[in-house]
Amino acid sequence: MSFRFTRRSALAATAGVAGSLAAPALHAQEGPIRVGEINSYATQAAFLLPYRNAWTMAQDEINAAGGINGRRLETIFRDDAGRPEDAVRHAGELVNNERVHLLAGTFLSHIGLAVADFANQNRRLFVASEPLTDAIVWARGNRFTFRLRASTYMQGAMLVEEAAKLPARRWAIVAPNFEYGQSATRWFKELLTRARPDVQFVAEQFPALGRIDAGATVQAIASANPEAIFNVTFGPDLTNFVRQGSTRGLFERRRVVSLLTGEPEYLDPLGDEAPENWIVTGYPWQDLNTPGHARFREAYRARFRDHPRLGSIVAYDTVTAIAAMLRRAGSTDTERMIEAMRGLRFPTAFGEQDIEFRAIDHQSTSGAYVGRTALRNGRGVMVDWRYADGRNYLPADEVVRQLRPQGA
Amino acid sequence: MLENLLVQGLSGLASASSLFLVASGLTVIFGVTRIVNFAHGSLYMLGAYLAWTLVTGLPRGHLGFWGGVLGAALIVGVVGVLIEVLLLRRIYKAPELFQLLATFGVVLIVQDVALLVWGPQDLLGPRAPGLRGATEVFSVRFPLYELFLISVGPVVLVLLWLLFHRTRWGTLVRAATADREMVGALGVNQRMLFTTVFFLGAFLAGLGGALQLPRESVNLQMDLAVIAEAFVVVVIGGLGSLPGAFLAALLLGQMQAFGILIFPKITLVLAFLVMAVVLVVRPHGLLGKAPSTQHAAGPVEPLLRPSPREVRLLGWGLLALAVAVPPFLGDYALIVLTEIAVMMLFAASLHFIMGPGGMASFGHAAYFGLGAYGAALLVKHFAAPMELGLLAAPFAAGLAGVVFGWFCVRLSGVYAAMLTLAFAQIAWSAAFQWTELTGGDNGVLGVWPSGWASDKLTFYYLALALCTGATLLLRRAIFSPFGYALRAGRDSPLRAEAIGMDGFRIRWFAFVLAAVAAGIAGGVFAYAKGSVFPTYMAIPRSVDALLMVLLGGVQTVSGPIVGALAYTWLHEQLMRLFELWRLFLGGVILALVLFFPQGLAGAIGRRGGRE
Repeated sequence: MSFRFTRRSALAATAGVAGSLAAPALHAQEGPIRVGEINSYATQAAFLLPYRNAWTMAQDEINAAGGINGRRLETIFRDDAGRPEDAVRHAGELVNNERVHLLAGTFLSHIGLAVADFANQNRRLFVASEPLTDAIVWARGNRFTFRLRASTYMQGAMLVEEAAKLPARRWAIVAPNFEYGQSATRWFKELLTRARPDVQFVAEQFPALGRIDAGATVQAIASANPEAIFNVTFGPDLTNFVRQGSTRGLFERRRVVSLLTGEPEYLDPLGDEAPENWIVTGYPWQDLNTPGHARFREAYRARFRDHPRLGSIVAYDTVTAIAAMLRRAGSTDTERMIEAMRGLRFPTAFGEQDIEFRAIDHQSTSGAYVGRTALRNGRGVMVDWRYADGRNYLPADEVVRQLRPQGA
Repeated sequence: MLENLLVQGLSGLASASSLFLVASGLTVIFGVTRIVNFAHGSLYMLGAYLAWTLVTGLPRGHLGFWGGVLGAALIVGVVGVLIEVLLLRRIYKAPELFQLLATFGVVLIVQDVALLVWGPQDLLGPRAPGLRGATEVFSVRFPLYELFLISVGPVVLVLLWLLFHRTRWGTLVRAATADREMVGALGVNQRMLFTTVFFLGAFLAGLGGALQLPRESVNLQMDLAVIAEAFVVVVIGGLGSLPGAFLAALLLGQMQAFGILIFPKITLVLAFLVMAVVLVVRPHGLLGKAPSTQHAAGPVEPLLRPSPREVRLLGWGLLALAVAVPPFLGDYALIVLTEIAVMMLFAASLHFIMGPGGMASFGHAAYFGLGAYGAALLVKHFAAPMELGLLAAPFAAGLAGVVFGWFCVRLSGVYAAMLTLAFAQIAWSAAFQWTELTGGDNGVLGVWPSGWASDKLTFYYLALALCTGATLLLRRAIFSPFGYALRAGRDSPLRAEAIGMDGFRIRWFAFVLAAVAAGIAGGVFAYAKGSVFPTYMAIPRSVDALLMVLLGGVQTVSGPIVGALAYTWLHEQLMRLFELWRLFLGGVILALVLFFPQGLAGAIGRRGGRE
């Protein structure tokens, strides 16, 4: 540390001599624009390696095309080890030592919230890419934080639309025991009951994240004899749940509606045991042939010899958004960047309609694909899918204003 | 309805069998070597990954599958032998629990190696040939493989029983479990015994992992997911007791299976609740025995003396530097220094009960976290200013220390440590799940310092003053009559009681004092970070504290300070500079363990003594 301190403090001293707080920005006018990216690379590798690949790809493309108003885009990556306190320390380091112009990233919701609060306190722009929690733009939203990914509420609303069409009235829910699982459950129940007052919820199971006791959980749901199941588990929990569930016949004659299960991150590991005919949100990378996505997919494949995952889309769109914002702002001043972010429109790697960062709550209108799962050549795929544009699955503006703190 | 309950019980039995396989290896290793093998979960994970590679590589069919599973377990057994021979054998003489530090280094290394070898994506193994489908049990469909697993547990138990009761080697192992020194004195080759026991333990862990292949996905989180629960089983059963571990696994499996029917949200904490209850009722687990003979189980702890003048001068010099230099450093340096100050106090508070008190704690983060929450909840619910929050932190932690400590200090050794862990997990799950009060896992935001202290430098000085002050007070307490009484109780409980010292009350008070100090650290940490999350009292933070104390050296007074400095600095540096920081951190820990078996401060102290 001491080695670096001397160098950094020398830098800081120069900046100090130069004058005010704005000095670093002016000073660096000729240099690259620096983004500080914090994520749980070590603990969430399955999602974040494809994410990082696409991030570097997007950045290289932007720089190859001449950068942003002649300035290169640079990213400094930091691993938070899945701990918010480490993420906050990195944020401090990135802002104070590395002199980044804005912060981005985070996967886990609580880490996203911690960095958002840091951004608010230190008056820095933070573009949260992946954390799904509704709190980051609503209950605990602040004016320095923007979130790209379609939130728990939005994806829940997309699925409720489909769930309400099913004849099923007796529902069971299985969700991981943390905020994401709880709020997905809450929204699903609330929205579905609104659409279908005749439904009832006959069982709820909350296995610990990453430690599901799948046999007992499946049995507990089966004994409540529901007509349909809403699943929120993902990753290893999902795999184990599916294995036990299909061997025990839990999914026979029952419809399953499942959050995120259509994402290659979670569908691929299931191989030929991927469940069929589940209604899911996800990303049908094989069959999505919009010009924008076809280009993205081939470029990704050519470079990394692997297909993109949803994480790749999230990273690519985040970098695209940051670049579009910087072009619009024409400056790296935080206030100017925030103004540019509000209402910013930019293309998505899905190749669908442009995404917008809403001025009202700083949530992007990024969408998701809703469809059914099926097996093709021994792999799980999504079929009969359609793009659910995020803007159609957000509450009315009056409601959003109530959800979000005044003045944020 | 009844059928459903019976099948629920069967599901519980299958989980119990899986748990027993992992726990059996752990309990055998602990029984003989007294090593708290933190890497046992990593061996389990390696078993699963290796089985995946072998089974998917070998031709399909019975031979390919079962051969692959067995082969994976054998390879893991060999890995266990390597760990024992190359690493642990060199540090058996180190203070108790020091080996935990070494096995933690192994955990970090295995995590990154598995990522490099098998990639980040979860792997799904093939199902077992002949056991793919399901059968009707009480007219409910039940997987054949689960039935097979249910039978594996008892079979392994019987085989182990035969091994331990019908072979000479087994007799020696049992003798060593009962009284290691006596076995050594009778001329038994302990090295051979330890190595073979490690092979067996690692083999069982590998087998446990490999047998999960048809059941669960193989992933990089398996190691930590299983290790805590395996320890819980071992402790509930009674350390070193195989039938105990079996009984405990059955108990836990059934509690899990039926618990979720009644309280679906209890999944986070159930195992620890059961352990807390069992340990309070039976301080040595279900079938564990109190150590029959009280030898001095190792070299007698050296007498703590006040530091020699040179060391004290060095300390004051460092403090002077810590006061004088920061104004010339950048903001980030201040952030890191603040964190180091906090960690120093946190480590010192754990050292207070671990070193002089002689009671290890695996759940010390509870008091750190409760301190942080004490401050944060005042901010959240009453918009209290920082001064009040910092004042509340030690009270919240101290209160928990009074309650938890009353139970914990009655126990000894690993049982006491595991009971602290149980209470820490209960506190953690309360913070995690009591969303209305604590905000759940999304934490409490906006815990920022008051205006006058919001400047990084001012806050650093505040943190330094509070943390150094509290650390110095703890040191003072070690050399006060109270500290001497505490150490007397540790070194010779009978004699201390005989001269009229109330060992229980002294230890209890020490526990509370340590909790209060950790609470201060937690309070300062909350305001340094601006937010408080349940992770502040989760297992990894408790482990951090243990690592800092062990790295520094338990038997020295300056150990925790040196350990906190080294560990926090290393962690921060490696995390920032390397993508594979876990590999490097693990490697550095192993190197330190091998070169400084007395801890860093211990090594410095000894060198000073020699010259």
